[in-house]
Amino acid sequence: MAIISRGFHGRRPAPGRDLPPGQYEVHDFPVLSAGPTPRVTHEDWKFTLRTETGTEHTWDWARLMEMPGESPTVDLHCVTKWSKFGTRWEGVSLDLLMEGVETAAEFALVHSYGGYTTDLPLEDLLDGKAWIAHRYDGEELAPEHGGPARLLVPHLYLWKSAKWVRGIDLLLDDEPGFWEGLGYHSYGDPWREQRYQGD
Amino acid sequence: MPPPGRLRWLVAELVGRRTESRTARTLVFDVPGWPGHLAGQHVDVRLTAEDGYSTQRSYSLASAPDGQRVELTVQRVPDGEVSPYLMDDLEPGHLVELRGPVGGWFVWRPEQREHVLLVAGGSGLVPLMSMVRVRGAVDGRAPFRLLYSVREPDDRLYVPELLRGAPGLGTAYLYTRAAPPEHPRPVGRLSADDLVRSGWPADLRPMCYVCGPTGFVEAAASLLTGLGHAPERIRTERFGPSGG
Repeated sequence: MAIISRGFHGRRPAPGRDLPPGQYEVHDFPVLSAGPTPRVTHEDWKFTLRTETGTEHTWDWARLMEMPGESPTVDLHCVTKWSKFGTRWEGVSLDLLMEGVETAAEFALVHSYGGYTTDLPLEDLLDGKAWIAHRYDGEELAPEHGGPARLLVPHLYLWKSAKWVRGIDLLLDDEPGFWEGLGYHSYGDPWREQRYQGD
Repeated sequence: MPPPGRLRWLVAELVGRRTESRTARTLVFDVPGWPGHLAGQHVDVRLTAEDGYSTQRSYSLASAPDGQRVELTVQRVPDGEVSPYLMDDLEPGHLVELRGPVGGWFVWRPEQREHVLLVAGGSGLVPLMSMVRVRGAVDGRAPFRLLYSVREPDDRLYVPELLRGAPGLGTAYLYTRAAPPEHPRPVGRLSADDLVRSGWPADLRPMCYVCGPTGFVEAAASLLTGLGHAPERIRTERFGPSGG
């Protein structure tokens, strides 16, 4: 039974807006990160998929740009409670990057420039559910939002959508990433409100 | 520090309030079952209306651990959904739900011995003040320096406590719009010069904690890396105008 806070009325989401439990809608685009923003140029950027056997598949910026892009419009849900509806991105589907990658892995550990990591089941990166995003709202992705490129996995809390992405290790066994090792949930489904360990 | 097991929602009763500035208030809660916390951690606050509608916000803990007493400092977000309620309508005896402590990265532990640089923008002081208070509560002597940027003197939080000071704690105020008469520094945004004059040199390898609005944190963190501070020794926490 919820505790009622006397005199609190609150603000219901606009009709047609489906907010996960505990979230509220924002119209700006908050920035959250654990340290300084890494500055990565297109020339320096590289993305490496490494399988459980150590085989590496690497893309540089030019090669990424040559791949067919997609333009997903998605809702974002941050564990710090804000949700942003209808964000417009451009990027390359992980399905395309995973084509021709031989793996029996069930988990992915995502690495970022700056040292950030996050883990998730590999199947959550496939079947049109995840992108390497490099444009936001018609513009190049700004460094504070993860530019030049970030992972975008909108069906999970936003900390899984690693900014400044530089690679993914495909693993047979799950390995906690940065926030997952600091008490946050290992999966992070906003609709089941999986914020912290044990949720 | 992973929380032990599942974090439960606890019932918190407002037992006191203090005005900190024109736009900020400290709320004192009694929280039976509170497990204690580290300086820099935050809590989730859940409000539920009579019809069952409910929403949550995160707030930094302002106090040092003190039994089941927990203090949050809430900054008013104009037109916000939650902060005006917490500041204006929540009366002693009223209840909210609270869950925490949360966060194991932006924290300072008393056993840390290195120099500490705290860089606060506006209400970004709150979790840093918790670090200052924990240091004081354990008679800590870790060398602390605090750079506190506000628009004008009336925006400062915790004025009497910071004026009183503590051994080994140096505090520098930076005013961006209006300074008190005879303040030695001209008004303006945080600069590398401020960090050189009032912070620690990078070769001392201080742990740097930066908290404030996004633009402030972006600027402060890149000034610090520009001065040679290692990125892995700069911990940041940002809040936008959407804190509610």
